[in-house]
Amino acid sequence: MNGRNNLVFNEMLNGAEVRAAYQSLERWHKSMPDDLRTLKQSEAENLFKRVGITFAVYGEGGDPERLIPFDMFPRVFTSSEWRKLDRGIRQRAAALNAFLADVYDRREIIKAGRIPEHLVTRNEAFEKAAIGFRPPRNVYSHIVGIDIVRTGADQFFVLEDNCRTPSGVSYMLQNREIMMRMFPQLFVENRIAPVDGYARLLKKTLASVAPEKCDSEPTVVILTPGQFNSAYYEHSFLADLMGVELVEGQDLFVEGDFVWMRTTEGPKKVDVIYRRLDDHFIDPLCFRPDSMLGVPGLMSVYRSGGVNICSCPGAGVADDKAIYTYVPEMIRFYLGEAPILENVPTWQCAKKDDYKYVLEHLAELVVKEVHGSGGYGMLVGPASDKSTIELFRQKIIENPGNYIAQPTLSLSACPTFVDAGIAPRHVDLRPYCLVGETIELVPGGLTRVAMTEGSLVVNSSQGGGVKDTWVLAE
Amino acid sequence: MRLSVKHVTRYSFDTPARWLVQTHKLIPSTCASQKVLSWKVNTGDAIRGAAFRDSAGDMVETISVRGPVDELVIEVTGEVETLDLFGVLRDHRESVPPTTYLRSTRMIRPDVALRDLSVTALDGMADDSALNRAHALARAVNEAIEYVPGETGEVTTAAEALAGGRGVCQDHAHALIAVAHAAEIPARYVAGYLHSGGDAMGEASHAWAELFVPGLGWVGFDASNRCCPDERYIRLCSGYDALDAAPIRGIMNAGVEEHLDVSVAVMSQHQQ
Repeated sequence: MNGRNNLVFNEMLNGAEVRAAYQSLERWHKSMPDDLRTLKQSEAENLFKRVGITFAVYGEGGDPERLIPFDMFPRVFTSSEWRKLDRGIRQRAAALNAFLADVYDRREIIKAGRIPEHLVTRNEAFEKAAIGFRPPRNVYSHIVGIDIVRTGADQFFVLEDNCRTPSGVSYMLQNREIMMRMFPQLFVENRIAPVDGYARLLKKTLASVAPEKCDSEPTVVILTPGQFNSAYYEHSFLADLMGVELVEGQDLFVEGDFVWMRTTEGPKKVDVIYRRLDDHFIDPLCFRPDSMLGVPGLMSVYRSGGVNICSCPGAGVADDKAIYTYVPEMIRFYLGEAPILENVPTWQCAKKDDYKYVLEHLAELVVKEVHGSGGYGMLVGPASDKSTIELFRQKIIENPGNYIAQPTLSLSACPTFVDAGIAPRHVDLRPYCLVGETIELVPGGLTRVAMTEGSLVVNSSQGGGVKDTWVLAE
Repeated sequence: MRLSVKHVTRYSFDTPARWLVQTHKLIPSTCASQKVLSWKVNTGDAIRGAAFRDSAGDMVETISVRGPVDELVIEVTGEVETLDLFGVLRDHRESVPPTTYLRSTRMIRPDVALRDLSVTALDGMADDSALNRAHALARAVNEAIEYVPGETGEVTTAAEALAGGRGVCQDHAHALIAVAHAAEIPARYVAGYLHSGGDAMGEASHAWAELFVPGLGWVGFDASNRCCPDERYIRLCSGYDALDAAPIRGIMNAGVEEHLDVSVAVMSQHQQ
């Protein structure tokens, strides 16, 4: 597999024909004059600016408040395509949670020899403080973001799982909002499944995992690192939509058996904390002592059953790239089912044979850091020059266990507005699966698009853009 | 041996402090080598709560003080019946898989010198028992770092202590964990009390390391005293390093100067 254009699956086309799902959009864009398109594009940008949705980028310099590019051409899934994705995503979210419940308790999957112990217990994301305790409803990862790529009409692969605090759902909601505002006619012509139930489902999910000690309507809050965090907009946006308080560490305190929120009417007990803060910052008395962002004593209240933290500290051990290889095994082991969504074939450089293969085929492969995220520390072999490849070769030789490699998938492409009309650009999909008393999934997700011709990197931190994602109703 | 403990920690603040929160691991667990006969933690007017037994088997409790207060006193008193089991930790309820204690922290990360010390100590011992190898590491640390108080501080790393060649029990424990890790032996930090013979105050708060020895489980090694914990030792709590195993962890108020005064007395019954 490689990235050559003639092999790219264009989601709009079936051979030379426009697929039924895209026919209305084909008419729409063809009938749109250039000047109207330019006008609409700037209108969309203004709308994004007005709501304040920006995505800051770490480690790149430049303007942290820059807008993420929005492409007006929607991506469409038919109801039958979505049915398969829906089942596969829910299955995966259930298996990942079963894995977490197991590795923090009986470790059956290790005892059964299905996953090597060291990948779990020596993993940076494995959290001693989460061992031997059951969070409410035995759920560890409440919002699971699963990154999916497509290579053919029926070929979907999971690229990675995000079990900690996946971001980007505000784009899913805003992209739809803005499209509906700008092109209401499209939503009359097409029967598009709504996504705006997400906030209600998120709140329901969070409330459903309130600790047993909570005997009234649970108080849910979102804990943010503050306005300088790149996803702060999303934190405040979700808090608004759910009608819950957005708090920083200093707004909460621990006293007795509970966590309390400072309010003008005095302290109010908090039952569920949806924290958008990394594990190591949430409690300076348990983790990093220099953290000013967390709540001192929070972990003790959590462990003694006075509050729930979403996701559970240590949930990240399930989305580590070395663990990723074993997710199909988890599905078989815990659910007794065959995986509905496949993994991308992955070579683990920690394994001798894989290591040898990877070093011999670097120019064809995508190499990723095991603990990396956001497209940093990544080599896209076919798109890299010799010196970059050699640099990675040295890195892998120095620390093989830190790298995995995958084939350069021929990611599917979707029509995307460019200066000369429309052109296919590579896309991926991140749906947001909610796990609480029930597993919930709104039809759709965030489609990220590589705005540069031929580019396979869709990460917003690397210049990728976003699209509205439609799931057509039956 | 029946040991009695009096451990007083006094924080005085130059300006009144508010919203103090601390987590305590100040209650020893009963295991084969120690039986807690009585134990009391007095924290004055502080609000206590969120008590639980953590995955390593230590009781954790949190105290909160809204203040303003000029001082905070934590007084621990108790009696423990101890037994010499040659450092072997037996009948201790915990659920952390030992390999978890192969993970590094800033304090215990082995540098080249610590790795070298580990290799040298175990030279020619490939066929020796795991227990003998653990003893060899403890001996090597004892010889490489001289027991000299006042040369190192709370944040001194194992690598720094070895480079300086001087340190106290915390440094010995950190260095022993580091050389054990270099040899792929799970190791952890233990905080506790030591009855050192006299009834002098202030020298009885002690620390050592535990190494995981297949067949035996966790075994304590006190590199400072070149021995395994015996009936003079009370095991309080454990962790990756001194910070993780701290019996008292708290946050300081910004801008408030804090003075700490700790006194610990461990006496055997016949002295009283």
